[in-house]
Amino acid sequence: MKAKRKRLLFALGGIGLLSLAVALVLSAFEENLVFFFSPSEIAAKAPPASQRIRLGGLVEEGSVQPTGEGLSVQFRVTDGASSLAVRFAGALPDLFREGQGVVAEGRVENGVFIASEVLAKHDENYMPAEVAEALKRSGNWQGGQGAEK
Amino acid sequence: MDHFLDMGGYAYFVWPAYGVVALLLLVFAVQAWHELRRQQAELTALERLGLGRRRDRQADRQDGSGGHDESEA
Amino acid sequence: MFHRFANPARFMAVAAMILPWMTALAAGLLLVGLYFALLASPADYQQGETVRIMYVHVPAAWMALFVYVAMAAASASFLIWRHPLADIFAQAAAPLGAAFTAAALITGSLWGKPMWGTWWVWDARLTSMLILLFLYLGYIALSQAFDNRERGARAAAVLALVGMINVPIIKFSVDWWNTLHQPASVIKMSGPAIDPSMLLPLLLMAAGMKAYFLVVVILRMRARLLSRRVQVLKLLAAET
Repeated sequence: MKAKRKRLLFALGGIGLLSLAVALVLSAFEENLVFFFSPSEIAAKAPPASQRIRLGGLVEEGSVQPTGEGLSVQFRVTDGASSLAVRFAGALPDLFREGQGVVAEGRVENGVFIASEVLAKHDENYMPAEVAEALKRSGNWQGGQGAEK
Repeated sequence: MDHFLDMGGYAYFVWPAYGVVALLLLVFAVQAWHELRRQQAELTALERLGLGRRRDRQADRQDGSGGHDESEA
Repeated sequence: MFHRFANPARFMAVAAMILPWMTALAAGLLLVGLYFALLASPADYQQGETVRIMYVHVPAAWMALFVYVAMAAASASFLIWRHPLADIFAQAAAPLGAAFTAAALITGSLWGKPMWGTWWVWDARLTSMLILLFLYLGYIALSQAFDNRERGARAAAVLALVGMINVPIIKFSVDWWNTLHQPASVIKMSGPAIDPSMLLPLLLMAAGMKAYFLVVVILRMRARLLSRRVQVLKLLAAET
């Protein structure tokens, strides 16, 4: 009986200590775990131009246009409260759409985000095209279009 | 059929995904079955060597009285 | 003393009884699931046909977590109550869990390249899932690292328990941090954000994979129990 009790205490103690350690590690690394910043956060405290950061938000409707230099495009990324112009030369992922989420990696130069990589973020909605059409027609559309509201 | 195989232009991503999963599931199932077969064969061979079932049960009993770490054998 | 041997014996009997049924169930569910996943379900309005990757990716990821939780629970019961079957289950399940985790990572990568635009990102969900794979591999390595099998089993069981911390981190990573990975679609408060025509293949494949896991884990456990008997008999043969 005694040995069993001791083992139980050992196991519980071990778990307790380890959760504490992980909690500490997580709080210490919290800044690294933030995968991207929103336009509002970048507007609030502008990072130095030398610092590479990730910007996340929705592609503003009607903002995507070619810059005229080669293949590069320009668009605005918004979080509803604030928006930031992004310039990018390269292949856009297939999910890149106006009104959809993106994460761009690069740096801020003179108020423009120069992206070296653009990733599309997918929302949690899955449906066939006909259902999406029907929802849009009936005015019940909610998915992934937060910026439109 | 071609349309189905093409997967809307994403054939290079959809089919490898299904292929990887099918391969893993098959390999593990076949491996587990073979291992069970191998152990069964070995046990039958040992029993045929004269280590019959009665002996085996006796071994279990001896084993069981041996304190806490008897599964060590 | 007695239950210790009655239990594995009873397990062998029950396992042998349900195995054919479970095998048929797994094969049936996976075949019907595959039919719906590849043929009888629509393309997604955004992802197109790549949505079909989800029907293997998400069940594999669910299984990766389910197997880990089961393995950790068995490890706890082995450490505290010395339940002999618990250790056999955990060690039989670990390679399967690792395979499900690897499958989830690989299929996710195959979806991520065309849709996100990258094979891999170090966001909280993907990173914690990679840690889960390392935990499985660490468990397997540790359980075989000692000459003394009992000690290896105990060390591995402790690692399995410690690694449980990673499970809620995986599940809630998409809510706690900004991740590239999308939040949960099926298990969420407001009901699934997934069309019924797509939920059906997903659930069929998930059920099929769970039945498959039960079949293979029973096969592996039976092999392990037999191998212990073989060892005892060999020892006995050496003695006489």
